[in-house]
Amino acid sequence: MSTAMTELHEGTAGQWAGDEKWDLRLYIAGQTPKSVAAFNNLKRICEEHMPGRYRIEVIDLLENPRLAKEDQIVAIPTLVRKLPQPLRKIIGDLSDTERALVGLQLRPRA
Amino acid sequence: MLDEPEIAERLAARMPDPSRPGTDDPERALPKVATGIAGLDEVLRGGLPAGRPTLVCGGAGCGKTLMSMEFLVRGALEFGEPGAYISFEETEHELSQNVRSLGFDVDALVREGKLVFDHVRVERQEIEEIGEYDLDGLFVRLGLAIDAVGARRVVLDTIESLFSGFSDMAVLRSELRRLFAFLKARGVTTIVTGERGDGTLTRQGLEEYVSDCVILLDHRVHDQVSTRRLRVVKYRGTAHGTNEYPFLIDEDGFSVLPLTSIGLGHTVSDERITTGIRRLDNMLGGQGYYRGSTILISGTAGSGKTSLAAHFATSVCARGERCLYLAFEESPDQITRNMRSIGLDMATPVRQGLLRIESARPTLHGLEMHLAQIHRAVEQFDPHAIVIDPISNLSTAGVALDATAMLLRLIDFLKVRGTTALLVSLTGGEAAIEVSGQGVSSLIDTWLILRDLEAGGERNRGLYVIKSRGMAHSNQIREFLITNEGIQLQDVYVGPEGVLTGSLRAQQEARERAAAVAREQDARRRQRDLQRRRAAVEAQIAALQAEFAALDEEGRVSTTEHDARSAIIQTERDAAAGRRGADTAASAPGSNP
Repeated sequence: MSTAMTELHEGTAGQWAGDEKWDLRLYIAGQTPKSVAAFNNLKRICEEHMPGRYRIEVIDLLENPRLAKEDQIVAIPTLVRKLPQPLRKIIGDLSDTERALVGLQLRPRA
Repeated sequence: MLDEPEIAERLAARMPDPSRPGTDDPERALPKVATGIAGLDEVLRGGLPAGRPTLVCGGAGCGKTLMSMEFLVRGALEFGEPGAYISFEETEHELSQNVRSLGFDVDALVREGKLVFDHVRVERQEIEEIGEYDLDGLFVRLGLAIDAVGARRVVLDTIESLFSGFSDMAVLRSELRRLFAFLKARGVTTIVTGERGDGTLTRQGLEEYVSDCVILLDHRVHDQVSTRRLRVVKYRGTAHGTNEYPFLIDEDGFSVLPLTSIGLGHTVSDERITTGIRRLDNMLGGQGYYRGSTILISGTAGSGKTSLAAHFATSVCARGERCLYLAFEESPDQITRNMRSIGLDMATPVRQGLLRIESARPTLHGLEMHLAQIHRAVEQFDPHAIVIDPISNLSTAGVALDATAMLLRLIDFLKVRGTTALLVSLTGGEAAIEVSGQGVSSLIDTWLILRDLEAGGERNRGLYVIKSRGMAHSNQIREFLITNEGIQLQDVYVGPEGVLTGSLRAQQEARERAAAVAREQDARRRQRDLQRRRAAVEAQIAALQAEFAALDEEGRVSTTEHDARSAIIQTERDAAAGRRGADTAASAPGSNP
């Protein structure tokens, strides 16, 4: 992981594809192990389930602390699914892939 | 009105503090941050621990938020310490609205960069927890808020909301520990609020993280009257007041009444002030009350307590001093009108600003509110004397024990200020009149009792001094009349069955007048007698003199007659002798007339 994390990470196609576009935002506070794990887990899930239809915006609150207030971020890491609607918030490093898929509503609740 | 340093000075000078010197020594003590909240700094002996978190806990609606907010606002306004308010429950707008009623313009402080808000919203249902997390976002926001204004004071209200927002207790607890360490490291003085739990200070055991200072707020309702209390549960490394202190929240904010912390170290005055009634002054060693003393007037209904108090009040104002008259039974207008009927002008001193009459129903508030209002009135008006009419009614605003405690505090407060206090107490019906002190009689310096004296089918007013410390005082029961010219004490008539009052006294007076008239008549009669006898004697003398003169005259006449007769006899004898030719020498003159 590098400073590139604060930039947009788009799917391999580099553009929106399909009906469902995924706009994700990952809030971190510095490059902590939990944040790194969260990013890697998220990236993997996206590549597997929505290749080319997602973008991940990583926001480092140490660099943009105001966004913590504006976006009501308390826990780190926090993943916000801006699209598709409705907005969802998931906290944690997404280490449990099954639950992460449920959380992202990529899979119905068991 | 006392300001902070003065209070501190007074306390330092007068309060024998068992913990001093040592832990509370200003040089060595824990550095403290004054909250600026009225009375609280006195209880905390200076304020909250500087640069450390303090836990303020209590049930819902006990005033945690307002206290926290005032801590920040006062810090910003009075101590030049900017503040950060991290709210977990209310939005900035809600908070700002809530404290506007206390006279705090939070929005202005925010605009001036003296205060910053952050509303941390934690909604459990919006958040899914997957994997490990921490609360770095909160730390970022806290750091941002502190840096935004250079905050020296921080409030977290109430951080317990986090417990309902997150499910991983282990994470929460370690994060809380980290949070307090963070706050300490930043050197900010923090108030953390917590909801009171069942049998614990806070539901989530926050007291376990905040070990320096814990303040408990309580709001209880007794007999439909609410009272608020504050207690410093612990304050590590420093002395602090340990009692439950009443506090209130009103239009001027939060205030704590730390009165029990005042000792008996007050100075006393030797100056005497009039009671407003000359003959009552005479009963009190001729000079009246001591300035700064506490006077209790107790008596049954209609015995003239208010009139006596009004006399005192007007006499205070007549000297150009200020008097505060707290009426719990009558409105200011009513008192003014009633006193006018006995010739006391209370309207003029009111206009002059020397007399302030404040009325309130005792049941209007709890005792603490009353006490606090009296405090505030005293501090604003700074009166030389205060009349509370009556104190007995205050017990209807709370339980008797509380009323007594409140009065003790009030009397202490007034004594320390050197304010002369005249308390009026109503004694109910058959209760022993001496039991009317509302449990404060030991604090009373001068105690006057007004009582009904029933005799001769009448009810009259009697007054006596049950005690008066530090002065010779009359032991008489005096009757007093309420006349058009105010209260007048009457002379004492002691009859076979005690003091004579009313008609009996009038009868006695009449009898004495009659006796005096009789004595005078008697004297005049004797005088007349004497004169008559003298006149008689003089007449006798005159008669005797006349007699004497008559006798004298008679004597002279008879001598002349005798001489004449003798001469005639002689002449005749001479003639006879001549005719007989007898020897005249042979015959003795007068021997044969």
